[in-house]
Amino acid sequence: MTQNINIDQPVKKLNEQYDNPNDETIQLSDGPDWTFELLEQYQAEIARVAAHYRLDTYPNQIEVIAAEQMMDAYSSIGMPIGYSHWSYGKKFIQTEQSYKRGQMGLAYEIVINSEPCISYLMEENTLPMQALVIAHACYGHNSFFKKNYLFKTWTDASSIIDYLVFAKNYIADCEQKYGLVQVESLLDSCHALMNYGVDRYKRPQSISLFEEQRRQEERETYLQSQVNELWKTIPQQQLQEKQDPPHFPNEPQENILYFIEKHAPLLHSWQREIIRIVRKISQYFYPQKQTQVMNEGWATFWHYTITNHLYDEGKVTDAFMMEILQSHTNVVYQPPYNSQYYSGINPYALGFNMMIDIRRMCENPTEEDKEWFPNIAGSNWLDTLHFAMENFKDESFISQYLSPKLIRDFKLFSILDDEKQNHLNVSAIHNQQGYHDIRQALSEQYNLSNLEPNIQVFDVNLKGDRALTLRYIPHNDIPLGDSKDEVIKHLHRLWGFKVKLETASSTGSVTTIAQCPTADEE
Amino acid sequence: MAHFIDRRLNGKNKSTVNRQRFIRRYKQQIKKAVSDAINKRSVTDIEQGESVSIPSKDIGEPTFHQGKGGIRNTVHPGNDQFTKGDKIKRPQGGQAGGSGEGEASDKGEGEDEFVFSISKDEYLDLLFEDLELPNLQKTQLDKLMEMETHRAGFCSDGVPTNIDIVRSLQGSLARRIAMSAGKKRQLKEALDALDKLEKQKMPDDAEIKLLIKEIEDLKSKISKVPFIDSFDLRFRNYEQRPKPTSKAVMFCLMDVSGSMDQATKEMAKRFYILLYMFLTRTYKDIEVVYIRHHTQAKEVDEQEFFYSQETGGTIVSSALKLMDEIVAKRYDPTQWNIYAAQASDGDNWADDSPNCTELLLNNILPKVRYYSYIEITNRAHQSLWREYEKITQTFDNFAIQHIRSVEDIYPIFRELFKKNSQKS
Repeated sequence: MTQNINIDQPVKKLNEQYDNPNDETIQLSDGPDWTFELLEQYQAEIARVAAHYRLDTYPNQIEVIAAEQMMDAYSSIGMPIGYSHWSYGKKFIQTEQSYKRGQMGLAYEIVINSEPCISYLMEENTLPMQALVIAHACYGHNSFFKKNYLFKTWTDASSIIDYLVFAKNYIADCEQKYGLVQVESLLDSCHALMNYGVDRYKRPQSISLFEEQRRQEERETYLQSQVNELWKTIPQQQLQEKQDPPHFPNEPQENILYFIEKHAPLLHSWQREIIRIVRKISQYFYPQKQTQVMNEGWATFWHYTITNHLYDEGKVTDAFMMEILQSHTNVVYQPPYNSQYYSGINPYALGFNMMIDIRRMCENPTEEDKEWFPNIAGSNWLDTLHFAMENFKDESFISQYLSPKLIRDFKLFSILDDEKQNHLNVSAIHNQQGYHDIRQALSEQYNLSNLEPNIQVFDVNLKGDRALTLRYIPHNDIPLGDSKDEVIKHLHRLWGFKVKLETASSTGSVTTIAQCPTADEE
Repeated sequence: MAHFIDRRLNGKNKSTVNRQRFIRRYKQQIKKAVSDAINKRSVTDIEQGESVSIPSKDIGEPTFHQGKGGIRNTVHPGNDQFTKGDKIKRPQGGQAGGSGEGEASDKGEGEDEFVFSISKDEYLDLLFEDLELPNLQKTQLDKLMEMETHRAGFCSDGVPTNIDIVRSLQGSLARRIAMSAGKKRQLKEALDALDKLEKQKMPDDAEIKLLIKEIEDLKSKISKVPFIDSFDLRFRNYEQRPKPTSKAVMFCLMDVSGSMDQATKEMAKRFYILLYMFLTRTYKDIEVVYIRHHTQAKEVDEQEFFYSQETGGTIVSSALKLMDEIVAKRYDPTQWNIYAAQASDGDNWADDSPNCTELLLNNILPKVRYYSYIEITNRAHQSLWREYEKITQTFDNFAIQHIRSVEDIYPIFRELFKKNSQKS
């Protein structure tokens, strides 16, 4: 496994290319114990270097927490404020158990896409680790949150904390008013469909907390009347046009939770509001799912570049740098497919190496690079990297920037698993004929629409039993997993009437694969 | 641009609510695990927490996800042997090929148990949930309060036995300093002046005499300040506070005649221990009186109670009589909450059973909070059971239950102490 990190590389002290600050270089302490003064000093230095590389960030709010608090943060998917639900308790118990047994270490940091950008540092970390985390989270991730187009489009960093507070209070109020069990089962159902509460194409509007509250009340009254309107029309329609029933919804709807929120006939307004909350939170996390490789790669690239810059300036000691490099190499290690540690491609490794590779192509392009990436080879590396970070997601980033050199370095190969055949087939390897195929396959592998089953609201039987029909369109003939029956039960709870899940095969035939209540229960 | 916040001292238990929610939701499963555990546990470690396991499938959160099958093209790193077109045997168990779609199997079908531990308190809460001590109100109401003496600071008068020496001497020291400090300063000044005068070449005798007299005066004044004065004395102060009675005594009565084997005793012991733990949740101090009997009853210690072997016939009334005597002698029912549990295999000398009824009705039941009788046997009931059955109709603080095997103990215990509003 070739890594692009070369610890033995002789380092040029005080390289002229960096605009050296005027003050004389004083080496910062290398710990290992940290103090708030030292953290401030490091933070200031890192901020200076980050500005030098044009990293544009939200203001940082850096919070030092203990291990238990880190577990708390873990179990609430990193949200600083979350509504109460048993599933977070389960997550917490799991985390606690495996941490206590030593099966897993805790992450060094958690960073929240908010303004100010909140990052958690663990008390137990040594000073070099804290510096690494500050560079990684507070400047790497933070700048990514601020500049990447998906985050800019889909999330509103300034309002998320307010919104979470609103959600927590609203749900707590509902628990008071309508009972724990009611709210809990509703949340269960919403969580089951959380991945289907996302608008993939429309941009949501960002609104403030107060606005949100005011609108919530408006919606409450308005929505209920809307729903009733919908059903009121039924008898008239039956009278007027018997021959051609209108199709509802007109077009298949991908956002199932949104559809339920707006159209489920029997829900109370507070239930619609809770569905909306789950949907909103799901939407907030949606960009993170789509940019894992890029986000981690970007942050890793910058903690590596920034700390090396400080080292080149003589600001930090050898010991400091050794510790940084030690954990850096651990983070970006990619075990090969036949290793016992292999569990898929390490997004840190892939992302980091792609970033490094882009810089290499800009600074030292080979003939191959010039042929494959004529626009990048020899260009300004900082401009190119910023452009890449701002305008892509994992899928497009890989199909745009994965170079043949990296495919060779990683020795990537692709395996075609067709259940109709008895053998797995090696479909491409890291050679001239394979580069395109592998890049294509790897990009596909990060395409969320291939990973998450494509299920859409297809039809509502307005005139008859109000049955809701969903349609699953399989990708590459991959069937749905077993839990679909359970999810349909949850959907039935939300919709209130019969729910049916159909699958449309590639030949065009449609079969029902799940329904609730099941045929024999009716 | 950035600021640091030290959150380490903030609450650590943000997740407590969610954890409780989890436990509440899976109470049924957890309770089952707990009651299974109580029978498996050794009796001595019954007070520890418990590790509980729930089948993972019960706590899954279903989502739509892709299942097995179809066509997948996945990319892996580290190719060391393959070229395009190679055919590989499909690995069994989905170990290597399944990496990309690992999520699918993670969520649903796994047969693992979800194991986690609950604390001792949570364990006991679950164990004794919905149970209550019967007749507890009466205890609270009809009590003459017991008074208890507490220290309450210091006061300036009292009886000599209560003098606090340290405090008094502190007072004395302070008073002596206050009364003599000025004079001591004058004395020092006078001594210094005298010293100076004497060092002069031509000492002025008159002045020296004057100074010496002043020094004498001051010294005598200082020595007249008394070492201790009645003003200095401090006495320990006590006050009486009423104390609700929280004393309980638990009588364990057991038949140790030849027919009771070790296994039966072991079951009885489990029952007693459950009762003891349950009582500790209400009462701070609990005394336990062990009475064993065959034809004669005897008060013994725990070891002898459970482990010594006896033979002979059975006269239950002997134990009841002894219990009555002990109550009369040591446990005044106005001050003690009395509980009794009797375990037996049901054998009794037939003519003795009416005596037992007599004793219970007249002497014992009016005094005790609760009396439970458990019969541990696989045979048919005998005269004792039938006699006791009659009593249950008149006294609501008397209960009888039948235990056949170890598994019955906990359910029977719950049966005995189930919250029962119309009863109390």
